[in-house]
Amino acid sequence: MSSRKLPPGFREEVLDSDTEEYFVNMGPQHPSTHGALRLALRLDGETIVEVVPHFGYIHRGIEKQAESMNYLQYIMLSDRQDYLTAIQNNWGICLAFEKGLGIGVPERGEFIRVMLAELGRIASHLVFYACFGGDLGGQTALLFGFKEREMIHDILDEVTGSRLTTNFFRPGGSVHDIPDTFIPRVTSFLEHLEKSMVDYERFLSKNIIVLERTKGIGILSKEDAIAYGCSGPVLRASGVSYDVRKNDPYGIYDQLDFDVPITYRGDTYDRYVVRIAEIHESIKILRQCIKLFPEGPYRSKEKPSIRLNPGSYYSATETAKGLYATYVVAASGDKPYRIHTRGPSFANLAALNNMARGHKISDLVSILSTIDPVIPEIDR
Amino acid sequence: MKQPEIPISPSKYIKRYLKRCITGPISLLMGLSVTLRYFFNPKRIITEQYPENKKTLKMHPRYRGCLELIEDENDENLCTACGLCEKACPNASINILKTKNIAGKKVLGQYLFHLGSCTQCGLCIEACPFGAIRMNQEFELSSESVDSFDLILNKKEGRG
Repeated sequence: MSSRKLPPGFREEVLDSDTEEYFVNMGPQHPSTHGALRLALRLDGETIVEVVPHFGYIHRGIEKQAESMNYLQYIMLSDRQDYLTAIQNNWGICLAFEKGLGIGVPERGEFIRVMLAELGRIASHLVFYACFGGDLGGQTALLFGFKEREMIHDILDEVTGSRLTTNFFRPGGSVHDIPDTFIPRVTSFLEHLEKSMVDYERFLSKNIIVLERTKGIGILSKEDAIAYGCSGPVLRASGVSYDVRKNDPYGIYDQLDFDVPITYRGDTYDRYVVRIAEIHESIKILRQCIKLFPEGPYRSKEKPSIRLNPGSYYSATETAKGLYATYVVAASGDKPYRIHTRGPSFANLAALNNMARGHKISDLVSILSTIDPVIPEIDR
Repeated sequence: MKQPEIPISPSKYIKRYLKRCITGPISLLMGLSVTLRYFFNPKRIITEQYPENKKTLKMHPRYRGCLELIEDENDENLCTACGLCEKACPNASINILKTKNIAGKKVLGQYLFHLGSCTQCGLCIEACPFGAIRMNQEFELSSESVDSFDLILNKKEGRG
């Protein structure tokens, strides 16, 4: 056994079983990998011994491209990292630029940001719900999740001008003020969503097939979750109460009243439960914002080109997937010297091997689904 | 990581098994009831019948479609060929060719727009100090020939 050469990425370890191990590729064209992600599996029968993710199939060199673009142009590229949470990526990058410019955002602008970001969070979690149901074989859940998401994207389309690649926030505020129809639409949508969430939870949360296939599967312990640098719902499902919105508040999150849902078992079912609970928390935040929504300017100042003060700036935001951090090194001139992005899906994917060891191939599909990876953000 | 299973007594196992035999089908029927409600209430379905509703389908006013110059009834545009939109574009989708009018002043010759490389980010519109360009509500922008993506937006030369 030891004389055989292993494919790249696998650890040198000898199995104590008599059967011959073999290697299987899952992806890059596989419906449950959510994109062009190749998982190389080392199998003992049907049991997974090791998983090695190979990525980079859609690498575009976004961080390198940023060095030849000015600051405003880079915001457009942040949409193309995690396209499900594009509006939250816009916010994270603008936060770093605002630190470099030394400007703030008017109160109305902050409320616009929070509301759109929470709508984006709900949309992202609904996509998770849909894909999770689809990966477990429930095609009905797949369509239900996308139904409400479509309504959110219609609201975003009206406000920002685009469904997915919003490109809406700018340093100091946003491109436009919200239209008059925004608040009534969000109000009626939230009422609709709360009714639908009852249906959704009835559909998957107590379904015996879902419970059998998710409870006790893919357990990630608290220590491992911290050691692998996981963030977002993956971390909170393992019993760590860390949410950037609470622990290091940005925007107006410190004025709003919301909870950080956590669960303690850290299995596939818990990661699902945390995300559903987060949808309810987002609804709570949106209701407060509608009540408190102020009048006034939405953008602090207009400038045709922005130049950051030389230095390095860091911003951390909580997107639907986890900690999205931007590090900007600004030199003189209107172009950044270097921009680095810390993406949540990339770090969460690192824990996949730890979660999937000892389980069957069919469980890997549900485990990968609850990490909720978005491949363009991993590859960047 | 798979946790080792805790062994349970056979009587407990049988009890759990029988309980699941009853609760399992009930949970499946609960899920099915959601599906059946949609089946008998087709009004709750929000799917748009796309090619049939083409006439009533309107994009929102802020929708970012194809770039166009704002022109009055005489096909005159406001563009002064300053080139700020060209600079603002992240992927060089805009080329402005300048020319000189009879008075010897620089005016817009041709406003070249490459739809194929445009990402509809809207930065050119923000950069324009004269409000001379906008994005229309056109969303069916695909075409069979590559040449049709290179557009000349202005019909006349600029007034300057």
